[in-house]
Amino acid sequence: MISSDGIEDEEKWLAEGIAGLQQNAFHMHRSLVPIPKPNPNFVRLNFNSRFLDFKFVVVLLKDSNNLRDALKYSAQMLSELRTSRLSPHKYYDLYMRAFDELRKLEMFFKEETKRGCSIIDLYELVQHAGNILPRLYLLCTVGSVYIKSKEAPAKDVLKDLVEMCRGVQHPVRGLFLRSYLSQVSRDKLPDIGSEYEGCYSACEFILFGDPELRPAIGLSGLQGPAREKEKREKERSELRDLVGKNLHVLSQIEGIDLDMYKDTVLPRILEQVVNCKDELAQYYLMDCIIQVFPDEYHLQTLETLLGACPQLQPTVDIKTVLSQLMERLSNYAASSAEVLPEFLQVEAFAKLSNAIGKVIEAQVDMPVVGSISLYVSLLTFTLRVHPDRLDYVDQVLGACVKKLSGKAKIEDSKATKQIVALLSAPLEKYNDIGIALKLSNYPRVMDHLDNGTNKVMAVVIIQSIMKNNSCISTAEKVEALFELIKGLIKDLDGTPVDELDEEDFKEEQNSVGRLIYMFYNDDPEEMLKIISVVRKHILTGGPTRLAFTVPPLIFSALKLVRRLQGQDGDVIGEDMPATPKKIFQLLHQTIEALLSVPAPELALKLYLQCAEAANDCDLELVAYEFFTQAFILYEEEVADSKAQVTAIHLIIGTLQRMNIFGVENRDTLTHKATGYSAKLLKKPDQCRAVYACSHLFWVDDQDGVKDGERVLLCLKRALRIANAAQQMANVTRGSSGSVALFVEILNKYLYFFEKGNPQITSSVIQGLIELITTEMQSENSTPDPSADAFFSSTLRYIQFQKQKGGVMGEKYEAIKA
Amino acid sequence: MVLVLALGDLHIPHRAADLPAKFKSMLVPGKIQHIICTGNLCIKEVYDYLKSLCPDMHVTRGEFDEDTRYPETKTLTIGQFKLGLCHGHQVIPWGDLDSLAMLQRQLDVDILVTGHTHQFKAYKHEGGVVINPGSATGAYSSITYDVNPSFVLMDIDGLRVVVYVYELIDGEVKVDKIDFKKTATTHATH
Repeated sequence: MISSDGIEDEEKWLAEGIAGLQQNAFHMHRSLVPIPKPNPNFVRLNFNSRFLDFKFVVVLLKDSNNLRDALKYSAQMLSELRTSRLSPHKYYDLYMRAFDELRKLEMFFKEETKRGCSIIDLYELVQHAGNILPRLYLLCTVGSVYIKSKEAPAKDVLKDLVEMCRGVQHPVRGLFLRSYLSQVSRDKLPDIGSEYEGCYSACEFILFGDPELRPAIGLSGLQGPAREKEKREKERSELRDLVGKNLHVLSQIEGIDLDMYKDTVLPRILEQVVNCKDELAQYYLMDCIIQVFPDEYHLQTLETLLGACPQLQPTVDIKTVLSQLMERLSNYAASSAEVLPEFLQVEAFAKLSNAIGKVIEAQVDMPVVGSISLYVSLLTFTLRVHPDRLDYVDQVLGACVKKLSGKAKIEDSKATKQIVALLSAPLEKYNDIGIALKLSNYPRVMDHLDNGTNKVMAVVIIQSIMKNNSCISTAEKVEALFELIKGLIKDLDGTPVDELDEEDFKEEQNSVGRLIYMFYNDDPEEMLKIISVVRKHILTGGPTRLAFTVPPLIFSALKLVRRLQGQDGDVIGEDMPATPKKIFQLLHQTIEALLSVPAPELALKLYLQCAEAANDCDLELVAYEFFTQAFILYEEEVADSKAQVTAIHLIIGTLQRMNIFGVENRDTLTHKATGYSAKLLKKPDQCRAVYACSHLFWVDDQDGVKDGERVLLCLKRALRIANAAQQMANVTRGSSGSVALFVEILNKYLYFFEKGNPQITSSVIQGLIELITTEMQSENSTPDPSADAFFSSTLRYIQFQKQKGGVMGEKYEAIKA
Repeated sequence: MVLVLALGDLHIPHRAADLPAKFKSMLVPGKIQHIICTGNLCIKEVYDYLKSLCPDMHVTRGEFDEDTRYPETKTLTIGQFKLGLCHGHQVIPWGDLDSLAMLQRQLDVDILVTGHTHQFKAYKHEGGVVINPGSATGAYSSITYDVNPSFVLMDIDGLRVVVYVYELIDGEVKVDKIDFKKTATTHATH
């Protein structure tokens, strides 16, 4: 409550101050009407009349009511600035109002001098104002006109004003006064061609005019109770803003060129900064220097500027200062390619790197996040300025590793963020993972991340690869990459996976899967090496990961098999030839690993894929072995009836396409497949699988596989199952089931009829059509519009075939639809 | 005029990292009214991506789909056309036109879209069309060699459908077009 009262009081005081200021300003305005004619009776004043009373002196000026009033009211107005009840912030408000009024007064003074009023007299005259603060504001105002009039050397006038301004002891009032002086004299400070002493003294004055100022900026916060301290801190920061403004003014003086800056201005400022021995002030001033002077100056004075850093108080936040310097220089380097030679010429990297090393060494208490953020800045700088110097990049990472060595995982979240920034920077810069893989210190930095962040970083790396479509082309690089992303590949330090969100985990593992498709080499040998490396790593992933990572590996290997297909005989070298046989062995062992998951359905599908690939490579035994594995899984592991249906379709579909099996092997497999089909749980599923098996005995492009009898057996069996399904429906629902299955079988009959299977005759088809028609018309039947539509479209098809004429038309002629 | 994107067999991440960048840049949200996907996406991320192109999306189940809730077949009516969708691994022999024609009769559709073979195909067949949009990622297939990434865009307008097939051949997108007119008397209206 106290503090809020304090704020209210301050508001009140500010309001009062503004009111007083405005009232006097009003009177002042009225007196600012120009004097009609030059005053012949102007009495020159004695120079020693400084201590005479104001009112008394102006009496000496005949017919100069205006001037007298102007001075009187402006002095009264400025008296409001004498308050010490306002915080710098509020004081600033009041000051700005006074400032605006003083600009008008300055104009008036200028007019006066044009009308013949001597500026020297004015300068003397205002010195009679009763109080020191109004007097000095008026003096500065006249002083600025004085300098412009060139009646006296600017240097002398300024020096006089600076001397007098020192008379104000109060830190806030003094600082604002100096700020006023620097503002009104800004455009009059030494310009090109003038003596540098002018500038020298000017900058000295602006920055450090008052020795009292330094404790005001620096030390005032160190005593008092907490709230008081807070308030002081605030005041201090507001004061620093003002000093910053002054520095800014200095930077805008046109007279300061690079040489002058290098030889005089910067050393002088730095000397003052070092001497002030206050950590916050030093930090702030260093920051100001970096922000207000041009980039090329910094570049050319890097040594001087960096040389001052170790001389600062040990507690100064030097890392932020250096970071900001590097950021500025980085931006400068990015602004134009033309400036890059300058960086090389001054050996900017070596200097910065060296300075950072020294700072980190000197400030032993600097938290880890501090030193890492310094390296981030240095890395950003390096990437901008020396993108071609990977050794520099690695050097920065190496320095960071050195700093982190001995420490385990970084727990501090801010430090972690900085490490991520450090590691992301090269990826973003080069858009090429190949570069990161060349940096020997990259994985070593990553090792310091906690497991969670390590994974995040791994995902970032993968995303970078995907985004840039970067192909990783050697086993060596793949190995290095897996080292980087190992957080995704296996459990680190035995962290259980179940802690994770399942969605996140899936996404991570899928990204690993996608990544596998970014590994490619035209040379099959190298590609096989890559696949072996991938395999080695993903098999360490444990059951939870294998289901995600094995399929991409299998298909990647199958792609390689296809490339090698038919090249088997041409292999010359004997040592490590990449042959399909060898790859199939690898595939076999890899799919086996899925049994630990367990993922029998997935394994079964992959075995079938391999079987077909082996078929294409003319490897009968290999293909048979894959089929055997698939069948074992089907029999022992695939229990879900829906999964069984899918598996059966895939088994039949694959087997139908196989063309390398000898009669015996083929018989064994088809026999098994038909057996499985008839044992599916649901009758319709059984029926469909069984009629699908008919295709195992009649293959268009295989002359050896045209067993019309067994086709018919399959179809008859399917019919029996369809009948059984009907009867079951009768029992359970009291009505006969759909005829859909019969129509499906009818279509299969038509299929083989058209293919020329001698067992399938038009009369058999006719019989089936009649059966279906009877079923549909039976009172007991359940209406099934989709089955009806299917039947009509089938009949329409028969019609269509009949009308087509030719051989097919003849064939169909006997069938009545 | 209604635009229908038909695609399938992306097999991400099992057999491909992603859709080709050139396809991705062509497929922008807001242009397509329906997506029909034959299946084998295989993961949710891909489903979400397609859904972002067009919220009206129909998917049937491929044998490698992570989501086992997709139906085996699906039919939908767009304008004057009845469309049927099925992945195709259930239709043996795989990719066999006569067997697909049977499925078309079974679903009683004008246009049947299936996948599985990774080979773009479009046949006019007994008053209907059978389309296989191929594999949108050009994924490896045990059935088809040298798969080019492809997808199909159908422009359905009254009784006419124009099937555009986009195929990525040696880094260039080639477009082909097949016209199909339906006679008003065809059966799909019941």
